[in-house]
Amino acid sequence: MLGLWHGNAGAGLHKDRGGSSFLAVLVLVAIAVPVLNQVVPASSALHISPFGITLIGKYLCYGMLALAVDLIWGYCGILSLGHAAFFSLGGYAMGMYLMRQIGPRGVYGDPILPDFMVFLNYKSLPWFWYGLNHFAIALTMVVLAPALLAAVFGWFAFRSRVTGVYFSIITQALTYALMLAFFRNDMGFGGNNGFTDFKDILSFDLHSDKTRVVLLVITAAALAVSYMACRAIVDSRAGRVMRAIRDAESRTRFIGYPVESFKLWVFVFSAVIAGIAGALYVPQIGIINPSEFDPINSIEAVIWVAVGGRGTLYGAILGAVLVNYAKTYLTGAFPEVWLYALGALFVFVTLFLPRGIIGLVKAHEQERGKDQ
Amino acid sequence: MKHLPSGGHKPLFMLLLALWVAVPVRAQSSSQSASDSSFLSTLGELREASYSDKAGIVERLSQSGHPSIRAVLVAFLEDRLYFRNDDQKIFIVKSAEGDPLTLIDPLSLKDAGSAPADSLTKIGTNNGLRRTLRTTVAHFALASPDAAVRLAAVQDMLRSLDDATVALLRDRMGVETNSRVKKEIATGLALAALDDSDTNARLNAIATLKSSVSQDVRNKLAVLIEKSPDGSFTEHDETVRRAATNAVETIDRWRTFYSDIETLFFGLSLGSVLVLIAIGLAITFGVMGVINMAHGELMMLGAYTTFAVQSAMPGHIGISILVAIPAAFIVSGLTGVLMERTIIRFLYGRPLETLLATFGVSLVLQQTVRSIFSALNRSVVTPEWMSGSLRLNDALAITYNRLYIVIFTIIVFSLILMVLKRTRIGLDIRAVSQNRAMAKAMGIRTEWVDAATFGLGSGIAGVAGVALSQLTNVGPNLGQSYIIDSFMVVVFGGVGNLWGSLIGGLSMGVVNELLEPFAGAVLAKIFVLVALILFIQIRPRGLFPQAGRAGEDK
Amino acid sequence: MKRNEFLMTAWLLIAGIGFSNVATAQATIKVGVLHSLSGTMAISETTLKDTVLMMIDAQNKKGGLLGKKLEPVVVDPASDWPLFAEKAAQLLEKDKVAVTFGCWTSVSRKSVLPVFEKDNGLLFYPVQYEGEESSKNVIYTGAAPNQQAIPAVDYLMKEVGVKRWVLEGTDYVYPRTTNKILEAYLLAKGVAAADISINYTPFGFSNWQSRVAAIKKFGSAGKKTAVVSTINGDANVPFYKELGNQKISAEDIPVVAFSVGEEELSGLDAKPLVGHLAAWNYFESIKTPANTAFINQWHTFIKNPKRTTNDPMEATYIGFNLWVKAVQKAQSTEVEKVLAALVGTETPNLTGGIAKVLPNHHITKPVYIGEVKADGQFNVVWKSAGTVPGDAWSDFLPGSKDIDADWVTLKCGNYNRVTKKCSGQNYK
Repeated sequence: MLGLWHGNAGAGLHKDRGGSSFLAVLVLVAIAVPVLNQVVPASSALHISPFGITLIGKYLCYGMLALAVDLIWGYCGILSLGHAAFFSLGGYAMGMYLMRQIGPRGVYGDPILPDFMVFLNYKSLPWFWYGLNHFAIALTMVVLAPALLAAVFGWFAFRSRVTGVYFSIITQALTYALMLAFFRNDMGFGGNNGFTDFKDILSFDLHSDKTRVVLLVITAAALAVSYMACRAIVDSRAGRVMRAIRDAESRTRFIGYPVESFKLWVFVFSAVIAGIAGALYVPQIGIINPSEFDPINSIEAVIWVAVGGRGTLYGAILGAVLVNYAKTYLTGAFPEVWLYALGALFVFVTLFLPRGIIGLVKAHEQERGKDQ
Repeated sequence: MKHLPSGGHKPLFMLLLALWVAVPVRAQSSSQSASDSSFLSTLGELREASYSDKAGIVERLSQSGHPSIRAVLVAFLEDRLYFRNDDQKIFIVKSAEGDPLTLIDPLSLKDAGSAPADSLTKIGTNNGLRRTLRTTVAHFALASPDAAVRLAAVQDMLRSLDDATVALLRDRMGVETNSRVKKEIATGLALAALDDSDTNARLNAIATLKSSVSQDVRNKLAVLIEKSPDGSFTEHDETVRRAATNAVETIDRWRTFYSDIETLFFGLSLGSVLVLIAIGLAITFGVMGVINMAHGELMMLGAYTTFAVQSAMPGHIGISILVAIPAAFIVSGLTGVLMERTIIRFLYGRPLETLLATFGVSLVLQQTVRSIFSALNRSVVTPEWMSGSLRLNDALAITYNRLYIVIFTIIVFSLILMVLKRTRIGLDIRAVSQNRAMAKAMGIRTEWVDAATFGLGSGIAGVAGVALSQLTNVGPNLGQSYIIDSFMVVVFGGVGNLWGSLIGGLSMGVVNELLEPFAGAVLAKIFVLVALILFIQIRPRGLFPQAGRAGEDK
Repeated sequence: MKRNEFLMTAWLLIAGIGFSNVATAQATIKVGVLHSLSGTMAISETTLKDTVLMMIDAQNKKGGLLGKKLEPVVVDPASDWPLFAEKAAQLLEKDKVAVTFGCWTSVSRKSVLPVFEKDNGLLFYPVQYEGEESSKNVIYTGAAPNQQAIPAVDYLMKEVGVKRWVLEGTDYVYPRTTNKILEAYLLAKGVAAADISINYTPFGFSNWQSRVAAIKKFGSAGKKTAVVSTINGDANVPFYKELGNQKISAEDIPVVAFSVGEEELSGLDAKPLVGHLAAWNYFESIKTPANTAFINQWHTFIKNPKRTTNDPMEATYIGFNLWVKAVQKAQSTEVEKVLAALVGTETPNLTGGIAKVLPNHHITKPVYIGEVKADGQFNVVWKSAGTVPGDAWSDFLPGSKDIDADWVTLKCGNYNRVTKKCSGQNYK
């Protein structure tokens, strides 16, 4: 089984021109942005403000989430409308670590308990908060929590052959249920306010520009690694089985492939990527709260993928960055009417760009190829 | 229990009241003008008095025995007592709405012309004062020829029993003919008799009260078996205590029974709402395979249509809802047809693409109503016939709006079923959904049928919006708060099966309400969602799976 | 070819973010407006955006401030809490606004707080809130619990004779804190624990049948019962509708609400609510010359004579005037100087009395209790004698009764009198 995952990943990357361009851009971002922020003086037109750093960091995290969605939707035909759940779980695990790091600097000055617990009369730390003051344990949880949820949920769902829209809708039910649960103050996750006012990560001040730049570089690296891993998977023999499942599930099963195991493994892997994205998102944005679980967020992630181009991986990332950039720009420039533009964009893309932006570019290239 | 603001005038008051009740107001005596002027001057004090002083004035007025006192107090209670700014004269107005206001003279109760609204000042009331007024007015209403008015009066009086009230009730008991009113009075007298010094009287009272299911009665009985802090019982007699214990248990049993029925009704009514919001989707999603994320916004359009219809016919709130139903069907239906013709028809067979496009449409629709109607919620008035509740007994009342929505859901569901099973267009819809190519070959204009089907589903969403406007906020976010629920219902019931949506929605509603008293609202909902997820594992195609290959590998 | 296109796109994106902070000549003073214009909170917050725009417009007609025109920078955080932090950073770092008026929910304020503290911005927060906070960079012009909740409960206890209490709220931090304070307060006043029922429902809750039935049951124990409602936003309409339908009248079980004002009532049929109460620091129905002028100004600006005014609008009005006065006093829009000038600055309220900025960055406010009238307005039945100073840290919570906030002498928003330590923002 495991052997399938290896394959000729290197060869794949050579052929993957879009992907290598994407990686090149990522490297460029990881080098240029820190320089433009740290070295170029603030008075210069080329200077990137800390605000810009946060934005780019956010786009990259969303890009990772889109990558996770594309891996299962674009290549395995599993449409999850609940990927925000994995993203948020990863975020919460990181958030718990950051909360513990505040220590006695909180409003009520309690050395152990976060402010909201003091406030809700907790006498001691709930068991699921134990150990999260250690970074290593927090990182483990970032991976483990989404993986576990995906494994349990996927095992049930795939084994019962829940497919198509049924699967999509129950993933939506899953993230909706989690959202309601995390909104409860009695859950011990800070209720509606979630976690905020983080101070530092591994003793580095989260408010300093240097930390932010480093976080951005780490995010870029994580995105690059995830991309290469996903690329390796889809280019391997396993990837071909995935595509077979996407295109004709029953046939693949009859040929003898363990369809359910394939789906489960990809689903779990995708959930882990989403979780890591969430974990990187929280320290940069500075807040995690239950509305991240909102089913609408999951739908939006799917839309990024569709806008960029389903089944291309780098297209998904491009879609996430573009849509979110549009959102940032429009909410600032046209606060009253930006929803029209965004809504129209989604309709336009589905109607006229069924393969997304990348599809358009590819079609354009083929056209040119014919001419020559 | 709060007593009437009491003074030393009770017996006199009773006498006057008894006179007033007994003798119809025809006798115009020479002392009339004297009593008129004192009545007017007492009334005049209301202009400046504080709320607590006003209560005293009301009591003095009620003792005056003036023939128009009841009308004045009722007007005061209903916020229809005004004084004219230029001459400080007090008037009753016929109705507090409209401009100018029609004036009525408080002495003769005859028309006194009219005056513009801003030349008059209302004499205000607050909660405490309204309570006093209501009890005072109830005393007068005991003599009303209308049994329903008498019943309400007795019920009002039971809320604050004192000696004067009991005496009045006892007098009424002798002449009362209506059995329901009689029973209510008997309850009141028995409640009073619980404080009687005679043991037998107390035992009799308990026997009478045993058949009641009222919470007030139960509380009063429970006092008898309570231990005071020093360990002694408030009630000395052992037999009375035993009888009281017995009675409390009986009442509790009945109350539990009725509260179970109430919970069941709550469940059914929540279920009906779920069904209503899901039926339209069951057609667009279930029959056509379109994941319509704008379904919620189509409901929102229906709710806004209700608002628009009400604004267009302000004088006819009662009928406006009935007019709004077809109007909402048309508005949402046409929007649906427009969506189908411009967007959806290019996306058939690609359900996930429809999800994306309709999500975009939903954003646009939301922002459109925000631009037209502003982001603020709009006020949809509940018509008279839909407010309040149907009181079956002291322990069980069913709210009208929920009752009507249950009925409404049944009607809508039957109508759709009929359209699909009994009409030509229904036949076409079923034919196209089962085998498009074959239907086309048979000469059915599939394009037209598609548009009609989507329009039908959307129109029903609009109709659901009319119902929602009676339950919740009419605002741009209305759709979003219901869209997930409606998808859950359709999936639970089985995509493409209307009966599935009906049974699915109702059972989800009932389970939710059964759990809520124990688990709280959030946990109940989470439980329903988790149960749904688990259920789908057991039956991956819902309660009633579609037969054949139609639902497979889409 | 392909690669170049890609690089171009990426570069343009980065450049779009990076270049946009090119400084333009400071001919105007920029005023940030950080209120949601879409999403669930748009219903409440759009009004406040319009209020700020109206105030800026009026100020500019008076000749601006320090000889410069005021320029509003409106952004839409779309009821999305992380987006609030992002937009706050945009206003402070990119647009370089001198002051920001914004936020409604507590979570949005908590989300932007680190940003304002890091970039040393100035935020005027115009909504009643749970207290337990005092930031150097925020001026709280809405009510703290002691300016709204406690007086309301006092009124019910003394004037109405309420003995049994239902504390019904939406499950988030404002109701949780308010109810904690009220519970401690009621217990201290000798109310038995069995006579207090606390319950929370989620946001946007609409299925109130069972809860209202439960309240009815709790209220029928023979003691005068009242409901103290901290139910938020959209959940109110179905709540009151259900109360009306289940025939719970204000005469039997009055409901006193802290989040229901004229604007919320304009969105529903107020007749079934008549007699229910609300506690605020402002009511549109209070007749003063200043209030009448404000209402007229609002109707002219918004071009709709039917629009209501409400408490957070007055808080925005007060905040704006305080800022203008402080800037004039400091002769600068620099945050440090304005902050120094702000404490002690006074401006008249719309309903009488003076709003004064206290060292804890809260203000003095009068308290009113009103009964709902059928037209959606309030009939004031009680008012405080004079104004009540806002208390950042409640005296009724064990964790915070020893804490003081003082930005003049202590320079600390979270100073523990017992341990003599400053924590929170200025923690070292």
